[in-house]
Amino acid sequence: MVATYHYLFLGAALFTIGVIGVLTRRNIMVILMSIELMMNAVNINLIAFSDHLQHVTGQIFAIFVITVAAAEAAVGLGIVIAMFKNKETMNINEIDLMKW
Amino acid sequence: MLELILFYIFAAIAIVSAILVITQKNVVHSAVFLASTLLSVAGIFLTLHAEFLAGVQVIVYVGGILVLFVFVIMLISLERSVTERQFSRQWTIALITCAALITEFVYGIYRGKDSFLLPPAEAQTAAETLTGNTQIVGKALFTTFLLPFEIASILLLVAIVGAVVLAKRKTQVD
Repeated sequence: MVATYHYLFLGAALFTIGVIGVLTRRNIMVILMSIELMMNAVNINLIAFSDHLQHVTGQIFAIFVITVAAAEAAVGLGIVIAMFKNKETMNINEIDLMKW
Repeated sequence: MLELILFYIFAAIAIVSAILVITQKNVVHSAVFLASTLLSVAGIFLTLHAEFLAGVQVIVYVGGILVLFVFVIMLISLERSVTERQFSRQWTIALITCAALITEFVYGIYRGKDSFLLPPAEAQTAAETLTGNTQIVGKALFTTFLLPFEIASILLLVAIVGAVVLAKRKTQVD
């Protein structure tokens, strides 16, 4: 039996790695992957508490998080393809059309 | 004891692969390490007795989302994107923000260290513990959470239409 806080530490570590990835990388694909990492960290927390409290709601919520992640990946990658068609770049610093 | 060993193996693979995802220069390598992270997170779900979620993780994340990522990497020209600048120029601001986040986590963990061992939940009845995880999740999904389930299906439909429209349309900048 692994204590619940082990899983919370793992979730916090993965979430931090995801945030660092989003903030430091300029490649849009890696940024989308970092967002997936963060969603996984959230799922670990939800399921850890679901197991700890012996209640199924956390797992249901994790299923909805996975659904939203799938939708987000589909739309995000559609945007990436549209962006690459227009600008021929993956670097988000060059996507500054609406920059003030 | 076995669960603890498995947890540490999966957690180590997950964290090392996650660090490699954000440090690799080549996007394809990032995608491969992301697959390794996602699979070990599925293993973590197994140690948490969430067998259905582990299966969903493998099928939807590794089999669906990650394949989508690899397809998009294939569609865009890889040679160009590797030569581009990979890391942000504003790395000092990024570093300060990351340091603030880590400090916040460490402080929160330090403050809450007395409550690490949460009180155990009340014992389940024998009938509930004997049924499988998939059965429990399915029952909850189609009774209590039926409306959110249907709304999630509408969200997926909107995402399909949106992705097709975004990727197909011929846009002109000039």
